[in-house]
Amino acid sequence: MTEFTNLGVKEIRDGVAGGDFTAREVAESFNAAVAAAAELNAFIVTTPDHALAAADSVDAKRAKGEDLGIMGGVPIGMKDLFATKGVQTTAASHILEGFTPQYESTVSQKLWDAGAGMLGKLNLDQFAMGSSNETSYFGNVNSPWRKEGANAGMSPGGSSGGSSSAVAARIAPAATGTDTGGSIRQPAAFTGICGIKPTYGRCSRWGVVAFASSLDQAGPMARSVEDCAIMLKAMAGFDPKDATSLQMDVPNWEAALSADLKGKKIGIPKEYRMDGTDEEILKSWEQGKEWLRDAGAEIVDVSLPHTKYALPAYYIVAPAEASSNLARYDGVRYGLRDLPDGAGLQDMYAATRAEGFGDEVKRRILIGTYVLSAGFYDAYYTQAQKIRTLVAQDFAKAFEQCDAILAPTTPTASFPLGSLNEDPLTMYLNDVFAVPASLAGLPAMSVPAMVNSDGLPLGLQIVGKPFDEQSVLNTGLAIQQRAGFDAAPEKWW
Amino acid sequence: MSVTREEVAKIASLARIKMGEEELDRMVPELNNILDWVEQLGEVDTAGVEPMTAVIPNTVRLRDDVVDAIPETSGGRREDVLANAPAAEHGFFGVPKVIE
Repeated sequence: MTEFTNLGVKEIRDGVAGGDFTAREVAESFNAAVAAAAELNAFIVTTPDHALAAADSVDAKRAKGEDLGIMGGVPIGMKDLFATKGVQTTAASHILEGFTPQYESTVSQKLWDAGAGMLGKLNLDQFAMGSSNETSYFGNVNSPWRKEGANAGMSPGGSSGGSSSAVAARIAPAATGTDTGGSIRQPAAFTGICGIKPTYGRCSRWGVVAFASSLDQAGPMARSVEDCAIMLKAMAGFDPKDATSLQMDVPNWEAALSADLKGKKIGIPKEYRMDGTDEEILKSWEQGKEWLRDAGAEIVDVSLPHTKYALPAYYIVAPAEASSNLARYDGVRYGLRDLPDGAGLQDMYAATRAEGFGDEVKRRILIGTYVLSAGFYDAYYTQAQKIRTLVAQDFAKAFEQCDAILAPTTPTASFPLGSLNEDPLTMYLNDVFAVPASLAGLPAMSVPAMVNSDGLPLGLQIVGKPFDEQSVLNTGLAIQQRAGFDAAPEKWW
Repeated sequence: MSVTREEVAKIASLARIKMGEEELDRMVPELNNILDWVEQLGEVDTAGVEPMTAVIPNTVRLRDDVVDAIPETSGGRREDVLANAPAAEHGFFGVPKVIE
């Protein structure tokens, strides 16, 4: 019997379409794997009935000879940042605990329309704010990976840590993620899977709990570049309900995949060689260059001079937008209400938000409120937005010399849960390589390269020109084929 | 630039987040660490640089001026809108008395 949980998106879809097995068999296997993996804490709620109903619908369509959709029969995990009709959507916060959307997000609806089913809602950092999945109101997510010979719980990365943990643990073949400043790529790198953040505007933000609207982008997380290409097509597309949605055709990335990089130039940004970057990460970067040369690409040096300012600029822009977006949680229209005895409206707001938000969320709201306040706006917010322009211009110049950029995804491998909690700033540095592409709205992907001497995965990042997800995916495919990454975490849960 | 405890209390009040003494004590150095770190942005010469307004060039679309053009974001959905309200009363959101 096929071990269904080892299969990826393409294998499941093609197997179901070809009659090798039924969608129901697949859904049942994954439902069982999810139920048996409670120790990972990857899911906030599980929805086995949703997965089965979607599977039955696909099986029924096949019996009638109908089109099954490009994700037909594939059960996936849904990050709990996407509104799902009738299924609790919390953004891993207490303030939204029990919130049951009356509508479906565009991205999740598109996935269901493409034949996918939902295994459950995946845990994440609260409001997607965090890089270790330790800020969730519903508890830390455990990575399925552990250091060789050690038992300490490791971080699956964040904010899409439930997604990365579930896909790496093979309790879901794929999952949705969202990336504001690395939240797809960093967790993918930490867990040895692939994840792509498309060009800003490719995937509709409608029905996605907002963090920083000018940065938030949804994308797929899966165990292969091909699977990401398939799922991204299912998620992307113009949506009139999102004012920043790109009014462009969605290419068939899967059909155009090619690992032949002859005639392509890959840029190596010298500013990404930073102090404090792990030696083994630098080694994997060198190896990545070799792989791409082998695939026919020419390696060229490029400069992104404002790289070091990207992260601090991000920590002004993102909290500023968050403080504005999160003003909606007021205890009036939905979510938690804390109404102390005799309290008036203002006291109710303050009590509700004190009770409903976690520490990291409060910290960012305060930073955002401060940098937007009268007297500080220009010094902080306007300056950060100018630097954002400079970061984007750096990329535009670099892309005059190359077709894509290769860099590490993260400065270190995963770390033990609880080890970086003391200082928020140290945690922020996790995203130093991921944030620049976010600020510039560019497509960027992480693919697994190797495991380090502790037996933990390391990822490589590819950044592309606006709208050129194809080059990003193709470069990722060239790495995937040469890396031959087939390490999987040993099952302990 | 650093913020004082009083300033943090003021910001928290502007952000409508109630904060106890202990929480303020914790928040002040944390915020100052972050603010000290973002200070480095001041080093960058941004004279003549336009602040970014749209990350990917995009035009603002106009739709036809018709009622209920997009059903999911249009009217006639009072039950849906109130479904998650902590205190829905008589078809409205209930709030504490605001006028004496």
